[in-house]
Amino acid sequence: MSIRQSLLALLSEQPRHGYELKAEFDRRTGHSWPLNIGQVYSTLERLERDGLVVRGDEDDDGRVVHSITTDGRREVQAWFANPVVLDNPPRNELAIKIAIASSMPAVDLTALVQVQRRASIATLQDYTRARRAADPDDLAWHLVIESMIHQTEAEVRWLDHCENAALRASHRARAARTARAAAAVEPQPTPPATTNPLPASQKSPR
Amino acid sequence: MSIVLELDNVTRSYGSGPTTVHALREVSLSVERGEFVAVMGPSGSGKSTLLALAGGLDQPTGGGVGVAGTELKGRTRDELARIRRRMLGFVFQDFNLVPTLTVLENVALPLELDDARTADALQQARHALERVGIAELADRGIDQVSGGQRQRVAIARAIIGDRRILLADEPTGALDTSTGDQIMALLRQLADEGVAVVMVTHEARHAGWADRVIFLRDGRLVDESRSDDPTVLLRHSNSRVPRRIFDPDVEA
Ligand SMILES: Nc1ncnc2c1ncn2[C@@H]1O[C@H](COP(=O)(O)OP(=O)(O)O)[C@@H](O)[C@H]1O
Ligand SMILES: [Mg+2]
Repeated sequence: MSIRQSLLALLSEQPRHGYELKAEFDRRTGHSWPLNIGQVYSTLERLERDGLVVRGDEDDDGRVVHSITTDGRREVQAWFANPVVLDNPPRNELAIKIAIASSMPAVDLTALVQVQRRASIATLQDYTRARRAADPDDLAWHLVIESMIHQTEAEVRWLDHCENAALRASHRARAARTARAAAAVEPQPTPPATTNPLPASQKSPR
Repeated sequence: MSIVLELDNVTRSYGSGPTTVHALREVSLSVERGEFVAVMGPSGSGKSTLLALAGGLDQPTGGGVGVAGTELKGRTRDELARIRRRMLGFVFQDFNLVPTLTVLENVALPLELDDARTADALQQARHALERVGIAELADRGIDQVSGGQRQRVAIARAIIGDRRILLADEPTGALDTSTGDQIMALLRQLADEGVAVVMVTHEARHAGWADRVIFLRDGRLVDESRSDDPTVLLRHSNSRVPRRIFDPDVEA
């Protein structure tokens, strides 16, 4: 989706041929998600089919230049004017794994979280090195690598949260077990029959 | 490979009997010249205790600490203070600067306390300020410089006289993210110049600058991440974004 919009945006600046589009896309996204030329041509075909670009003539080297149409320009404007909405919300493999693990008493959640935290920190070490090695004037790459750093940082913060929440839950469970055990050895006061309006069938289990 | 800081099976506990608090349990750690180590862990896991023991501000109840080849055990308070001032410097979250002194005088303070000649101390302070990039602020008062600059003053004070070990306890805790990043770049630069840096942080972003990240939990060292981990292959494919691939066939 974003490839289509990005190529269209590049064509709104000036007519370009396929290889030039690939080179511009790669350069302006810091070579983070390089396109292959086949993707570029298939995207151009679809844009042409939808009336957003038109093919020009071949130049002396046999390359076809594509130009944007008025409808194409409108679509570029809409892309920049509107927020990006991810599939709501995108499936998060880690969140699913931790949710499942937290429901299984046999799984050591603390150990699982630490394995993940270590991997995330190691990834941050790699990203930080990559950022330091980069040309400080390469704004596109800087922005992209910072996006990765922020995401990974957020993941670590969320892992801390998972661990604390699981710890609190297990403290609560232990306190509840202790309270039940204490209640079992002490004589129960008999509740007066009239204060319970619920018929026996509607009482909560346990 | 030269080790400048060594914790050997260090334990620090408070009290005795059933109420004993184990702030640190059997932690071993060697830090090399020029190495940048980050210490992470939940609150109360022993991070500050580890730094205080490494710097001789506190004494272990078990195990030993070596600084630049000198065993700290059995030293008098005065000896410890002298070793500290010659070998290592501390940096804290709240800078701990003297508000009535200038930037330059703050930096020179440890040498003056160590009976250096004033002229000599001031000259070394100027050199330290150059290394941290704020030579032009030397004659300002502390209240005339920003938070990030104050932390630079504290770092200059910590490395004055070419001290080889820098111990930093949440040095970015009072700073905004981008100022914090600049302080990380400075610590990284000092490590690359040969200073051994041990930094406590709870910010993953800042731990990412370190060569090694160690994780404490309940006073124990439970895990670590090295940026030169031999079981990890960095693949860039045709993208510039590094990707980690774990290779279990490589011996760790
Ligand atoms: N002077 C002290 N007396 C008793 N307990 C202490 C003392 N100093 C630290 N502790 C305990 O040692 C543990 C580790 O503390 P600390 O090193 O400050 O943790 P961190 O810096 O990771 O938050 C904590 O449980 C703390 O309460
Ligand atoms: Mg602390």
